[in-house]
Amino acid sequence: MGKVKTKKKDTFIDMTAMSDVTVLLITFFMLTANFIPLEPIQVITPASVMETKVPDYNLINILIDPKGKVYMNITNPAAKRDKIETLERMGAKYSITFTDKEKANFGEPTTFAAVPMGLMKQFLTVDVIEQKDFLREHDGGGIPTDSLNNQLAEWIKAAKAVNRDFQLSIKADQNTPYPLVRGVTSTLQDIKENRFSLVTQLRGMPEGF
Amino acid sequence: MSEINTDSGHGGGKKGQPKKMNLRVDFTPMVDMNMLLITFFMFCTSLSKPQVMELVLPVKDDQVLNDDEKNKVKDSKAITLILGAKDKVYYYLGKIDKEKYANWQSLKETNYAPTGGVRDVLAERNAETVKEIVKLKQQRLKKEITEDAFKEAVSTLKNDPNGLVVVIKPSDESSYKNMVDVLDEMQICGIGKYALIEMSEGDNYLLKNYLSQGEYASGAAAPNK
Repeated sequence: MGKVKTKKKDTFIDMTAMSDVTVLLITFFMLTANFIPLEPIQVITPASVMETKVPDYNLINILIDPKGKVYMNITNPAAKRDKIETLERMGAKYSITFTDKEKANFGEPTTFAAVPMGLMKQFLTVDVIEQKDFLREHDGGGIPTDSLNNQLAEWIKAAKAVNRDFQLSIKADQNTPYPLVRGVTSTLQDIKENRFSLVTQLRGMPEGF
Repeated sequence: MSEINTDSGHGGGKKGQPKKMNLRVDFTPMVDMNMLLITFFMFCTSLSKPQVMELVLPVKDDQVLNDDEKNKVKDSKAITLILGAKDKVYYYLGKIDKEKYANWQSLKETNYAPTGGVRDVLAERNAETVKEIVKLKQQRLKKEITEDAFKEAVSTLKNDPNGLVVVIKPSDESSYKNMVDVLDEMQICGIGKYALIEMSEGDNYLLKNYLSQGEYASGAAAPNK
């Protein structure tokens, strides 16, 4: 009796509610977000008021960087076989035989056709993660588009021969000089692919329109 | 860390009574992990998908025919935009003729600014269509017309044979952004008839003449086209 009891204070914070909130946030992100595709170069596209979204399937994506380097990829979750077949056709055209491992490497969704055909075999032996370093060592790579050795046209022809439904989209950096873009569109026109889409960012419609 | 405090109760509890169990799970690590996941999602994903702009270029073999067709365009309804260097746009109305070659001021200069730029030039000339489209959009907002009806109405408006015809000619000094910006203006101003065409000899002449403020014309003969 008479002893002053020091009350033991409980510093325990209940994190359950916090955890609930974070789980909800994660669910939201998982359901709404889509992953930024890994690309050999970072491209900042210009903005437009168009509201049509990029199609998910059967898309040939052509990337153009400000220096005019061209990369190509086929984006389609089920495109692995189509992609490999395209590579086989290209191999046959340039008399290069690819091993199964190289083909599988090309079938990865993040592997772009990023180098001239002469370097392709070497490029595909490199691990997916090290592809960027490989490109850096080879001056950025890029598919040749000049009129004498227009491999971009060959790639698209090969891809189209594999699957007629492939649509073309061009994703160019906003600072690319027009003649470089013109080179690519003119290549497409040459092979009678005159319908394609330009990838842009969303911009709001201005007031009063 | 998950604490399962079992009150052993030294002498506190009576014998025979069930022991008090304090089952409290510490959620802090769970929250930590979730936060990490959220951060990961925020950095590695994008919420908005990129947009696409459809572009149809003429087949190359048809280019000759296209030139002929171009001449059929009603002079008063045609406007040619030349995309120049440093985000400048030059435009002239109607066809190129001798008069235009003679006067360096026949080319007008503007830019891509939201106001006072090329948008104003186009919207002013296409004012009726713009007004109609705005009206249709309001109707759509009030759900007076269906989405399909709206699309159809807009497309008939855009394809009006007497509507404005825009010829876009990007010069070699222009950038890709300029091209997309101008194509975007077509969308904003409700212009359905436009064509992306290469600079002709006459356009180059006009541009050089304008940039040198008429000096070029004294040194070089006008192309006869």
